[in-house]
Amino acid sequence: MDKKYFKTVYALFKKEFQNYYNSPIAYIFIGIFLVVGNWLFFNTFFMVNQASLRNYFDLLPWLFLFLTPAITMRLWAEEKKSGTIELLLTLPVTDWQVVLAKFLGALLFIASALLLTISLPLTVSSLGNLDWGPVVGGYLGALFMAGAYISLGLFISSLTKNQIIAFILALSVSFAFFIIGADFVLNGAPQFALPTMKFLGLGSHFYNIAKGVIDTKDVVYYLSFIFIFLWLNTKVIETRSWK
Amino acid sequence: MIEIKDLVKKFDHAKVLDHVSFSVKKGEILGFLGPNGAGKSTTMKIITSFWPSTSGSVEIDGINVDKDSLATRARIGYLPETVPLYDEMTVAEYLKFIAEVRSIEKDEISARIKEVVESCGLKKVLHRPIDELSKGFRQRVGLAQAIIHKPDILILDEPTTGLDPNQIVEIRDLIKKIGQEKTVIFSTHILSEVSATCDRVIIINNGKIVGEGTPDELTQKASHKELIYVKIKGEIDKILEKLAQLENITRVELVDSEAEDINGYEIKGRHGIDLREELSKTIMESGWSILEFNRKSVSLEDIFRELTK
Repeated sequence: MDKKYFKTVYALFKKEFQNYYNSPIAYIFIGIFLVVGNWLFFNTFFMVNQASLRNYFDLLPWLFLFLTPAITMRLWAEEKKSGTIELLLTLPVTDWQVVLAKFLGALLFIASALLLTISLPLTVSSLGNLDWGPVVGGYLGALFMAGAYISLGLFISSLTKNQIIAFILALSVSFAFFIIGADFVLNGAPQFALPTMKFLGLGSHFYNIAKGVIDTKDVVYYLSFIFIFLWLNTKVIETRSWK
Repeated sequence: MIEIKDLVKKFDHAKVLDHVSFSVKKGEILGFLGPNGAGKSTTMKIITSFWPSTSGSVEIDGINVDKDSLATRARIGYLPETVPLYDEMTVAEYLKFIAEVRSIEKDEISARIKEVVESCGLKKVLHRPIDELSKGFRQRVGLAQAIIHKPDILILDEPTTGLDPNQIVEIRDLIKKIGQEKTVIFSTHILSEVSATCDRVIIINNGKIVGEGTPDELTQKASHKELIYVKIKGEIDKILEKLAQLENITRVELVDSEAEDINGYEIKGRHGIDLREELSKTIMESGWSILEFNRKSVSLEDIFRELTK
């Protein structure tokens, strides 16, 4: 782990990130993300009549659930289909460097989409007295949440050559991780499984952070979640055993 | 420089490479010949660390590709069979990306790009998106990518497939030029390519090496299979009888017929003996006339077909 290591990651990352803006998917993604997010939020905002972004951050995990698989589906699948994977994995780079670059590229892309939603809190704060604590927490939580979805989707993309399969699988598994900790699922679950399910659920940790309470437990959860799937990803790449 | 020992690669239970061993010296251009699916690409993928081998070893400058693959990968320039290009990038962006990932010093990058753009003839398309390029240009961009870091070893997997005859000659000349200072392994199933470019040829079939040598050596090895074709005007039976009596001829065969008394014969001689003079004298002295006469030398093509049958 020296300077050269991260210089290489940076070179790979730059290509990943620039690629988003070379393809229409990026603009479609940002378009849908902003329009749907704003519309759903302002739909209820005036009824609730509270200067809070709580509703928006409640929505975000659902938006991400559908949108991040669309970002991650192509990350490995496309390289396999076009044969560029053979270049990528015969360059003097480690599997970890490639995986990290892809992860960071996607994360920065989502972060840039989130940045464009800054108009929301600005609008709300001009209308009333906005408490910025939960807003900062909400954005931070959103980043963690996106990181978790991305690492999962990236891993799934490495398993297949087919983008559609990668999308559907990533969506289903992300959904499973998301609702496993949700209240309506927990109500029906057996008592002994409750703490585990609650801990595993992606959603519950997000809502904790979005309240503005940054607990190490939640941060550690997200970081381990991300790490585990990135690690699994390097293992898949290492075996080169995709078809 | 490249030392390959007992290389075995199995997929599930199919053996794609079966104890392949060979070495390549510094500065050599090695042609890797074989029918499709013989194991050429597999060998190259293992040398370049894209695939692990099942057993056996590959050493580059004494470094094992499994133990320190980052070091061996840095020494190799590789052009896979499917040219690995990012279609949405321009040629310049693509080459810059490769240069950066290959850790070429920042202030050297533009000079290197200029160099490969020149040697691969990419000036015209430098700022065009790659997906707009013709197949010939794509191949050249692939080649430029493989030499941008001045590797000692160049591995090219069928670099001329899908190109038109002019492009093939261009790429071949380029390989020859590059091969003056580098070790090159390239695979092909076009035989003329091998005799035109290579110092040495390895013929591989069903995962095994079935022939090895310089193009000349390989042709010589098979020269005892030399045939002479003559078209003679004269009576068939008498000609066959007369020629069969000659000591140095092992076989005479009637192969075609133009008119009743004008026929083509294929004549095979004893190993290493030049039949031509004796044959023509005999025919003339017997009062027949020679209408056509040629020696069918065995081409690399014949050797290839025989070895990979």
